[in-house]
Amino acid sequence: MLKKVFGYGFLTIAAIISIFPFLWMIVSSTNKSVDVTKGRLLPGSHFMENLNNLLNTVDLVPALMNSAKISIITTILGMLIASLAGYGFEIYQSKTKDYLFNFLLLSMMIPFAALMVPLFRMFGTISQNAPFIGIDTISAVILPTVTTAFLIFFFRQSTKMFPKDILEAGRIDGLTELGVFFRIYIPTMKTTYAAAAIITFMASWNSYLWPLVVLQSPENQTIPLLISNLGSSYSPDFGVIMTAIVIATLPAALIFFIMQKHFVAGMMGSVK
Amino acid sequence: MIPAKANPTMQTAKSTRGLRVKNAAIGWSFVAIAAVMICLFYFYPMIQAFIMSLQSGRGTNLTFVGLENYARLLKDPVFLTTVKNTVIYLIIQVPIMIILALFISVLLNDKTLKFKGFFRTAIFLPCVTSLVAYSVTFKYLFGQDGIVNIMLMKMSLIAEPISWLTDPFWAKITIIAAITWRWTGYNMIFYLSALQNVDHSIYEAAKIDGASPIQTFFKITIPMLKPIILFTSITSTIGTLQLFDEVMNITAGGPGNATMTISQYIYNLSFKYTPDFGYAATVSYAIVILIVIFSIIQFKVAGDKNA
Repeated sequence: MLKKVFGYGFLTIAAIISIFPFLWMIVSSTNKSVDVTKGRLLPGSHFMENLNNLLNTVDLVPALMNSAKISIITTILGMLIASLAGYGFEIYQSKTKDYLFNFLLLSMMIPFAALMVPLFRMFGTISQNAPFIGIDTISAVILPTVTTAFLIFFFRQSTKMFPKDILEAGRIDGLTELGVFFRIYIPTMKTTYAAAAIITFMASWNSYLWPLVVLQSPENQTIPLLISNLGSSYSPDFGVIMTAIVIATLPAALIFFIMQKHFVAGMMGSVK
Repeated sequence: MIPAKANPTMQTAKSTRGLRVKNAAIGWSFVAIAAVMICLFYFYPMIQAFIMSLQSGRGTNLTFVGLENYARLLKDPVFLTTVKNTVIYLIIQVPIMIILALFISVLLNDKTLKFKGFFRTAIFLPCVTSLVAYSVTFKYLFGQDGIVNIMLMKMSLIAEPISWLTDPFWAKITIIAAITWRWTGYNMIFYLSALQNVDHSIYEAAKIDGASPIQTFFKITIPMLKPIILFTSITSTIGTLQLFDEVMNITAGGPGNATMTISQYIYNLSFKYTPDFGYAATVSYAIVILIVIFSIIQFKVAGDKNA
């Protein structure tokens, strides 16, 4: 009995601590800055006012568009590249390819902080010859981050369960190898793609350090950069900032709630 | 046609070999784009970083200096502070988070528990926030006149507001609290799914043998989950050693350099102070070496418990 009470008590406290910042964020987005500083915890009626102020002070919509563009392109390209590779490593398995696979996995140990300086210089050089994919472009954000060893690993692990007879059937029906991949593999692996899409999209939507380094002009900034700038202003308007945070968090939270199962499946894919 | 009829097995052998060679080429083309991209954007920059670490100078004006940067590293007080801070985050935050996540997952694994779905979703919820968004939120929650101080004072737990962001000690605590809030639920999900695969009869047997819940936790649950605990502690370690977004947005490294991490120092060396890419690359290698060292330690520790 005592154990029960303790268990419920502990979980309730953990749940409250987990939810409280969300509640505060949402409540504050409906209050005036002065009330937020006074510690008001009741919803107010100033959301539209905060939203208007936000739209007037920063380029929210362009930043949302930039983030959306980067995240969608990264997700689609990243899944295509990684699933082709994961499929290739598993279906056309060979010793040499396994060595290459293990070598590629090593890249997961490389911290991004170690890459950012050489990458920045690399894109600096690219800028001189091909400015459209150089510094301060969306391509420069996408290119270095689009291929991850994690996603290749994830697709390879999932392919292990794939019924290989279907592939053979496809070949007998006269499909090319690439045809088999696009017409049979992709439609069968829908749930794997869904899980991969969520983790890739969320990682890209939330990424901060590389965009901070490579995107320099204000019209190119993404949502995390915009929020970071708002947060470091000297006279912050709390209501406005919390409105921006709520708007930035909503897409990710919605996707999470709709596809919770796939999200967890995606996480688990890394340890199978 | 005639030789084929005369020796059908040879014909098949030949055609499968032909198919195999063709398939090998196709197989390589499937993995080619990914392999080239990873070599180009991960391994090539690492080689570049090593070459840069042997050079010094302002901006792009680099000259070869040999191992001078590495010697400078060991005498650089700011670098040593950032290593100390990062290691403090690591050895305090990672164990707290893992024990907390384990504990919650054990509670949630109880078959008779009500509102399980609610608890699980609530505790996992912080994982959907972007690092920047939650960091800025925490910065205001823990402000001098922030809601945390207001509530602690109302509950009479403290007499006057704590300087969560401007005191070197409390600023570290704030960072640790923030990271723990964001990642505990994430780790919990791993343990929970591992626990669901554990045969319940083991726990029944332990109960019959008179094991206390604490004994069961340490003697059964933890050993059973060891591989997944190792996995999560290595990913958390790699994550913590690269810590950037939180510190940048909650304290900006301050007060002084009291919360600055290695990643942030690299950023500052390259993009905030007068750029010194050579030295920044040298500091980069320090993180790589730390990741290797800590991963080896964790494998060793896990290995010892096995014996």
